[in-house]
Amino acid sequence: MAYNWNWEVFLQPSATGDDTYLGWLITGFKWTVSLSLSAWVIALVVGSIIGVLRTVPNRWLSGFATAWVELFRNIPLLVQLFIWYFVLPELLPQGLGNAIKQSNPLWQQFFAAMICLGLFTSARVAEQVRSGIESLPKGQKNAGLAMGFTLPQVYRHVLMPMAYRVILPPLTSEFLNIFKNSAVATTIGLIELSRQAQQLVDYTAQPYEAFIAVTVMYLLINVTVMFLMRRLEEKVRVPGFIGGK
Amino acid sequence: MYEFDWTSIPGAIPLLAKGLLVTLEVTITAIVVGIVWGTILAVARLSSNPVVAKLAAGYVNLFRSVPLVMVILWFYLIVPQGLKAIFGNDIGDIRLTSALVAFALFEAAYYSEIIRAGIQSVPKGQVGAGLALGFTPGQTMRLIVLPQAFRNMTPLLLTQAIILFQDTSLVYVIGLSDFFGTAYKVGDRDGRLVELLLFAGLIYFVICFSASQLVKRLQARFVK
Repeated sequence: MAYNWNWEVFLQPSATGDDTYLGWLITGFKWTVSLSLSAWVIALVVGSIIGVLRTVPNRWLSGFATAWVELFRNIPLLVQLFIWYFVLPELLPQGLGNAIKQSNPLWQQFFAAMICLGLFTSARVAEQVRSGIESLPKGQKNAGLAMGFTLPQVYRHVLMPMAYRVILPPLTSEFLNIFKNSAVATTIGLIELSRQAQQLVDYTAQPYEAFIAVTVMYLLINVTVMFLMRRLEEKVRVPGFIGGK
Repeated sequence: MYEFDWTSIPGAIPLLAKGLLVTLEVTITAIVVGIVWGTILAVARLSSNPVVAKLAAGYVNLFRSVPLVMVILWFYLIVPQGLKAIFGNDIGDIRLTSALVAFALFEAAYYSEIIRAGIQSVPKGQVGAGLALGFTPGQTMRLIVLPQAFRNMTPLLLTQAIILFQDTSLVYVIGLSDFFGTAYKVGDRDGRLVELLLFAGLIYFVICFSASQLVKRLQARFVK
């Protein structure tokens, strides 16, 4: 196969003139990381709430939480993204919908992807939180109640601090997933890493260099997250529990 | 307020059904090849030969660290050139072929992790017993360990299949008309994107929700 390797292509000024192709990659990297991190915040907050609701002794609340999880788990991420991006602005009251459509397209893409990815992942986080809470001995909850804590206090001071420490390893893999899933935002045009890979192919005609560079960047993100989470896991693990000493 | 107009859906049913067939074709190929290749990878990873084990681990970790979108795009880049090298320029539409290859090789990495855990869940004594009865290590794996392992991990394999079914919608990035791609194109053509996207979401939900309920019932029977 006669392929002309040219790694210097990344140092060439880009077609738009004001940056090198390496600069494009770095821009894509920044979008991928900021999208994933902001979506992760949503996923953790919403996922914790939904996960707790699934375990509370109230049929309506736990039913709502179950419906939430099933809804977000059984529709493909891509379909959800298109619904947030294309459908939602149409269904909102006209004034609001138009305001969204007239805003900066980059922010439209970013926010649609952020909310989509955040809520999609929240369903998965909720399942981990629920299984974390359910893995704790029943006595913990009863002991809390017997000590005179209210139910919310039992969750806040007794159950959740333990549950989070137990579920940290599975949460790590959800955290890794959110970076990988962020690549789906390429379909609505957000210029994150995998979009830049495709753009580089179009502009430089050096597909292999572009794809290898972007793949390596995803691997770097993966390795970094795994390293940091391992350190955190070592610090917080509970002796005597799964993964504990 | 937005006024819904669902009239473009009934006429598009044959197209959508054709799209669904493409979705199923990719899903089923990936399940079959993924489980076969995944089993080989899992056995290789547990092999006592360090080179084989390392190679299998490298394959699995590489595929598991890269977004599926990138994998699909990678194979769309590589497969056509490979086919051209073999068959010349007359190869027709290679989008389906490259999607099939991408999904099969990608899913194998995920399946192999499930299968590895399944193999490790079989008590060590079973291997010892097999060897003591005069089976070769290969026979022990094939006739004693794997059947029990597969029984243990069936629910997980099915759950992964449901995830895979959802993920096949990502062939959108190479323009292949699967169920979702067809729904998008019809919606775009008729100016009825809102209705078609909601319809696609509903169909996916119904299929995946029923399938996951079935898996749950199956799991309950297995636990007994």
